[in-house]
Amino acid sequence: MDAIRHAALGLIVLLFPLMAAGHEASAQDERSHRTLAIGMTQFPSTFHPSIDSMMAKSYVLAMTLRPFTVFDPQWKLICMLCTQLPTLENGGAVRETTPEGKEGIAVTYTIHNRAIWGDGTPVTTKDVTFTWKVGRHPLSGLASAELYKRILSVDVADAKTFTLHFDRLAFDYNAINDFNLLPAHLDRAAFAEPASYRHRTLYDTDTTNPGLYFGPYRITAVEPGSHVVMEPNKSWWGRKPFFTRIVVYVIGNTAALEANLLAGAIDMIPGELGLTLDQAISFADRHGDTFHTIFQPGLVYEHIDLNLDNPILADRRVRRALLYAIDRKAISDQLFGGKQPVATGPVSPLDTVYDGHVPAYPYDPGKAAALLDEAGWKRVNGGVRRNAEGKRLHLTLMTTAGNHTREMIEQVLQSQWRKLGIEARIHNQPARVFFGRTVTMRKFPSLAMFAWISAPDSVPRSTLHSSQIPTQENNFAGQNYMGFSDPDMDALIDKIEVELDAEKRKGMWRRIQQIYAEELPALPLYYRSQPFILPPWLEGLVPTGHQYPSTLWVENWRATP
Amino acid sequence: MTALISSPLARHIIGRLGETCVVIVIMSFAVYGLIGLMPGDPIDLMISADPHLTSADAARLRAVYGLDRPIMERYGAWLTDALQGDFGYSRAFSQPVLDILTPHLGNSLILMGLSFVLAVAIALPAGMVAALNPRSRTDHLINLLSFAGISIPTFWLALLLIILFSVTLGWLPPGGIATVGVDTIGDRSRHLVLPVVTLTVTQIGAYARFMRAAMIETLRADFIRTARAKGANTRRIIIRHALRNALIPVVTILALSFGTLFSGALITETMFAYPGMGKLIFDSIMGNDFNLALAGLLFATLVTLLGNLGADLAYAWLDPRISYATRRKGP
Repeated sequence: MDAIRHAALGLIVLLFPLMAAGHEASAQDERSHRTLAIGMTQFPSTFHPSIDSMMAKSYVLAMTLRPFTVFDPQWKLICMLCTQLPTLENGGAVRETTPEGKEGIAVTYTIHNRAIWGDGTPVTTKDVTFTWKVGRHPLSGLASAELYKRILSVDVADAKTFTLHFDRLAFDYNAINDFNLLPAHLDRAAFAEPASYRHRTLYDTDTTNPGLYFGPYRITAVEPGSHVVMEPNKSWWGRKPFFTRIVVYVIGNTAALEANLLAGAIDMIPGELGLTLDQAISFADRHGDTFHTIFQPGLVYEHIDLNLDNPILADRRVRRALLYAIDRKAISDQLFGGKQPVATGPVSPLDTVYDGHVPAYPYDPGKAAALLDEAGWKRVNGGVRRNAEGKRLHLTLMTTAGNHTREMIEQVLQSQWRKLGIEARIHNQPARVFFGRTVTMRKFPSLAMFAWISAPDSVPRSTLHSSQIPTQENNFAGQNYMGFSDPDMDALIDKIEVELDAEKRKGMWRRIQQIYAEELPALPLYYRSQPFILPPWLEGLVPTGHQYPSTLWVENWRATP
Repeated sequence: MTALISSPLARHIIGRLGETCVVIVIMSFAVYGLIGLMPGDPIDLMISADPHLTSADAARLRAVYGLDRPIMERYGAWLTDALQGDFGYSRAFSQPVLDILTPHLGNSLILMGLSFVLAVAIALPAGMVAALNPRSRTDHLINLLSFAGISIPTFWLALLLIILFSVTLGWLPPGGIATVGVDTIGDRSRHLVLPVVTLTVTQIGAYARFMRAAMIETLRADFIRTARAKGANTRRIIIRHALRNALIPVVTILALSFGTLFSGALITETMFAYPGMGKLIFDSIMGNDFNLALAGLLFATLVTLLGNLGADLAYAWLDPRISYATRRKGP
């Protein structure tokens, strides 16, 4: 017993000075708001702007680099690194014929005059041509090479002005949001052997090199899996950033993330990669007086893909009945405090091409029952509905196991469908199994709940065109997991990609949304909201709601006294 | 030198090291195969994060990453490189595997080593005290605390400690390994307190229970009765005779725990955002980071096997009756 007593005493004596020191340090931090600690749930897999594609990386790099063009928080395409957005109207873009005789376009950009890499080297057209070469090389390992392949050639007028010649005339001809500029003066040597470029790029071998960045901040320290430190970039030409240091901490567990926020170890949790909506609502209820919470609805479209090869779901009446049978408004109000708007289709109401006049399928169990009866699914003695052959109206509802929000919704859906005699069996899988095989190979028997994120005005070719149905023959390429095939939809998608007239495009978008709402290849649920938990002293952070993060405007962030 | 190598103990060690190499090769094949059997690959994960990735992009990336080759071919290439000391690149960190593994290994060793030493230092005396006073109040109290430590969920204890010492009292940092810009031993120690306490509390119970059981069993043995009959004092009986014998089963448990010193503690590391091996291995498996997962798991296997070899050698030291000499036939 004495031994235990002595051990406990020794432990307390050892820990006390450490605890006291910690208390003092956090008090000092609280007095100064010149540093900002952000907590998020993922660590970037690379710091190269174009290798791999993940939000954690975009979030961090948006503070250190700037794209030529991007959608602003009002979802309008703007120039960031260029001086003026080129258009056909202002002469910055000119129609031309490609060497193959097709209709193409030449678009001219001018790099911001004061754009300088962190080591003092000016950002020039040499960087543009280098980036294009890296981007289109098949071995460089860049995630999305589509944009670079569409650029047939680059004409350099001078150190700051260049013209891109595109292989086709598309509606988004001036949006080069994914053209992530690379420093030719530093990374050219790593590209000498393109196949090993992804291992040799300075973004991963010398991440703290100041010459890799030209944004308001530059990365000054990285602890893999733990945190990234950023400090102001002295060569930044824009508004002087307020914070002398920004640290992005990675805390994988959201309960621990919340505890870190309450303990003052981090100042804020971004909506892009932080708490789930239900956690954020609960947090806001408990700590709304000490933290400022913003719920930003956005482009993340939560829905249920229907496998249209399933004979039950091939009947449009059944699909409609399934949607009429769900009280999405009540679910949003009860589970998400009304913060998650009910979806009518894949296009967000915040998008300029949204059309609000499509069928919305409000909760109507009577209509749902009538549709099921009409489709031959009759209810006997209040049990599960059966068809003429005696087959039960049985569906399997799948989603990512461990996603608390989706699992809650599943329970409600199961219960609401059961009331109408629809039997739904929940069968969830870990995300990597679900997305790695079940969804991508269309192995879900009937219903798969997940989300899509897209850009504003993003044509749904990959998800709704019949050429994009994954099959064994095309090696499961494409993301039309529903197996949706509609000649009108195909024709519209083909046309809208090359239509430049804004009014005509709007009409086409209206028709796309109408077909989607009438045919219901998927059941629209919600537009997911991003919850931002911010300290009351932080000003200037404007959530975007789309895939371009709020950190693209980090120089506007300020701490109030 | 020849005499040393030909000694029974040396032959035993060499034999066991040979077995270890065979097990490692078998394990590498099994782990590689199992990871390969998991659905999806890194490119699928990229596609799910970026709907703009075209099927052509996916095919190109699979070729670049070598994922379009049969798994046996990939394993062969990996094994050839690994035997030359090249464990490849980590996809999740875009760094050479060893560059990522080494610091995480160091972090885990510090965290797990400290908690292991603390747990052993508290549990063994506590188990002994309980065994020497069976069914006493002290015994009941130690048993109660041991069961509490065994039963308490790690994530809950971690969260409780964070809320108490970081949120409410503000005495200790809730996570990480050091304060950015303040990289001192004192600061690192402060960051270690809560994860070490969490792990220690969850380990003490089991060790104390093992020690108690082994000690009670030994105290009932004939040779202890004989020692008492010969008039040896209690202290001498406990330290020289009982403890040494009671430690034999406990050493087995400790040796098995030795492997976990390097394989990390997933839940504790996740809760305290501590960059250790447990979370690294878990994330690399979930993120389809073949090279990193494989190297991490194989290292943990190797250390566990070496830990067991160490335990075998410790048996001989603890109990002179155990010998590694080749048995000879009797007359």
